[in-house]
Amino acid sequence: MAELTLPANSKPTTGKTWKAPAGVKNIKTFQIYRWDPDTGANPRIDAYEVDMDSCGPMILDAIIKIKNEIDSTLTFRRSCREGVCGSCAMNIDGTNTLACTKFTSEVKGDVKIYPLPHMPVVKDLVPDLTHIFAQYETIEPWLKSDTPPATRERLQSPAERAKLDGLWECILCFSCSTSCPSYWWNGDRYLGPAILLQAYRFIADSRDEATGERLDNLEDPFRLYRCHTIMNCTKTCPKGLNPAKAIGEIKKLMVERR
Amino acid sequence: MSAPAKSLRSSLGRARGLGSAHEGVHHWWGQRMSALALIPLSLWLVASLVCYAGADYAAVSEWLSRPLTLGALGLTFLITVYHAVLGLQVVVEDYIHGQPTKLILLILLPMGGVALVVAAIVSLLVIAFAG
Repeated sequence: MAELTLPANSKPTTGKTWKAPAGVKNIKTFQIYRWDPDTGANPRIDAYEVDMDSCGPMILDAIIKIKNEIDSTLTFRRSCREGVCGSCAMNIDGTNTLACTKFTSEVKGDVKIYPLPHMPVVKDLVPDLTHIFAQYETIEPWLKSDTPPATRERLQSPAERAKLDGLWECILCFSCSTSCPSYWWNGDRYLGPAILLQAYRFIADSRDEATGERLDNLEDPFRLYRCHTIMNCTKTCPKGLNPAKAIGEIKKLMVERR
Repeated sequence: MSAPAKSLRSSLGRARGLGSAHEGVHHWWGQRMSALALIPLSLWLVASLVCYAGADYAAVSEWLSRPLTLGALGLTFLITVYHAVLGLQVVVEDYIHGQPTKLILLILLPMGGVALVVAAIVSLLVIAFAG
């Protein structure tokens, strides 16, 4: 059954408050989800008061500052700090997004930061992405062609290439999949918006010759048809992409080939 | 208490699961087409009910015995129930995860639907022909 409340051992408690040093004028409080698998304790929400006069503008700047200067045990993923690697996806101010491209000034009041929703937590803000990456592997995200390789690039017309726009930009941060109620309830079998957008990226590629095989693989009440066009995916995508449209295109092809 | 035994199956094996069922298109298409058909049918039904509000039994049963009315009403019942069964099936698949409960509900749903349609159409015929 769908779970409407958290299990008892997952309910967050109020944690420690890390006060800003005396004399700091421009304070912003960050309320951050903390969970340590080694202690066996419930998760807690720690509050960090950050001096914004000595902090960069992005949420990622603030949590790096917290880790460097306030509490080095705070754990999160980050790498490129410019929205191309997808590592720092987390739930900020109630929305899944990238910490590195979200301005702290966009958040009114305290900044609440949680890991991506409904994923197993490894520690603090680090979700376990094992299953979703395995799902990514099931759609075989590589070009498949039986035609012998050309001696140069496989050519595409500009119109054919344009079909990949809005698809290739996906950085697999999984903000969309973890915002999708269908993925929350049936993520074991439903592929979710991120993986379906990736699947369509290869279905729409004129150089790929496995379109039918790819559609066969997706034609399933759970893998594809758990999408009920809720559109949370499109609303939350930090790259401004439209996974719901990609899923709609796959559904159209399913009807077209009947 | 010990933690439940963790499966040692590979993550890819788990993600592939039992493979693709190769169905779902028919269900999706049926749901869309029945929704489309219900737009004119329900508008017609509401308009007719408004027109016949307050009419006596004889007038309504005369209206019901017209072939066009009978056909349209029968279709409205049939398509409404078909659409509802498809929709409820989605709700069950979304939210009920225990295998026996889910299976029993998915068997009972279409049976209930057929029973409803049969009852509705028999009632219509009785009113239309027996007055």
